[in-house]
Amino acid sequence: MRRLNRRVRTILLAALLGALLAAFCAAALLIPESAAAPSLLDARKPPSWAHPFGTDALGRDLLVRVLKGMAVSLAVGAAASAVSAVIAVLVGVAAACGSRWVDGLVSWVIDLVMGVPHTVLIILISFALGRGLKGLLAGIAATHWCSLARLIRGEVMELRGRQYVAVSRHLGKSGGWILVHHLLPHLVPQFIVGLVLLFPHAILHEASVSFLGYGLPPEQPAIGIILSESMRYLSAGMWWPAVFPGATLVLVVLLVDRLGDSLKKILDPYSAQE
Amino acid sequence: MGLEARNVSFRYGRRQDWVLENVELRLERGERLALLAPSGRGKTTLAMVLAGYLAPTRGEVLLDGAPLSKRGVCPVQLICQHPEHAVNPRWRLRKVLEESGTLREDMLGDFGIERAWLDRFPRELSGGELQRFCVARALMSGAPFLICDEISTMLDVITQAQIWSVVLAEAERRSMGLIAVTHNRHLADRIANRTYELE
Repeated sequence: MRRLNRRVRTILLAALLGALLAAFCAAALLIPESAAAPSLLDARKPPSWAHPFGTDALGRDLLVRVLKGMAVSLAVGAAASAVSAVIAVLVGVAAACGSRWVDGLVSWVIDLVMGVPHTVLIILISFALGRGLKGLLAGIAATHWCSLARLIRGEVMELRGRQYVAVSRHLGKSGGWILVHHLLPHLVPQFIVGLVLLFPHAILHEASVSFLGYGLPPEQPAIGIILSESMRYLSAGMWWPAVFPGATLVLVVLLVDRLGDSLKKILDPYSAQE
Repeated sequence: MGLEARNVSFRYGRRQDWVLENVELRLERGERLALLAPSGRGKTTLAMVLAGYLAPTRGEVLLDGAPLSKRGVCPVQLICQHPEHAVNPRWRLRKVLEESGTLREDMLGDFGIERAWLDRFPRELSGGELQRFCVARALMSGAPFLICDEISTMLDVITQAQIWSVVLAEAERRSMGLIAVTHNRHLADRIANRTYELE
């Protein structure tokens, strides 16, 4: 059989990873709420065939809770990092293409947001918007765009100095046309890598803010809440409520990372045709 | 009338030395001028100033008595020394040519471009092949003035001859004003009817 070339293999890998993540969410959504109902007879059971991840102090099945929690985390992470990345592109391009005062203003705002600890800012925004999922999403989305925006600003400034952009201007192309056809396609890898790097940040911030009680409500099976609950029982020898959710979180973050990596290989012109 | 540099001086920054000082240059339509100078005397800078890529620090560049317009296709087109910097690495070459107007496939043969190259990416072509695209792009824009900044320096002699014959034929046919920047006196004698030396 003919060996598949790298591009095809990469596309297959990306599709596989995407399908895996989708399956994660689908499984979580399809399992009924009752599967995670508390039952005190089954409390604090170590992993077994009936409960592969064991049960927590209230006798809820941890596998179901982790799946449901991962789906929430994935949704929060995906939504918040997508919004953040879009803000970053808009702000970065505006700073690089706009007049000098726009650039100055943007740099000042970036310094301001980056100067305040993320967690504090997320708590403030989330609190102001009425907590819960909505406030948390807004808080994370509004605080994570800064470093990517700075990166994109630099990238656009460098691109605008390229010879082919100057040639394009001399061929009578407008600024908007150059932005769409020359600049934005070059930002796609940055955008995707930025998205991937934001993703674990967003999930972890979601978890930490939930842990502090300013994020998701405690009855929601979020991964951060499961982990913070597990802390209480860790010294009592209950290792499974910490290990399995933690390992799942790491696994999902790694999957997303690999997915971003493969996408980058497909999109980069210097490796796209190899 | 034509393209005119009036008392042009240029430096890259306030604290830098002058690269060009009081350059006076005139080029009519249908005229072919060779710009000669050793390395580092500002040939490329002058080419960029004349084509409007750089604004002169002092003096002015005029086309038919008026400054170069910033809108629309610039009537003075520049072909650069390194074609690989002058095309977007993300574009297929069909799009590179379409950037200067509608692509006329029947003209490709004149530029020595093969149809199969149109669907490739720039890194899949050699420097000489890419340079033909840059020449085609500049000529198809319909500009009446063309500045060739050492366009054949890195090419072998056969490719060099091919590219110049295309450029000269087009310049002749449309009676364009042509400036050829080069180190090579033999090439200058061969293509130009006047030479200008930067000192």
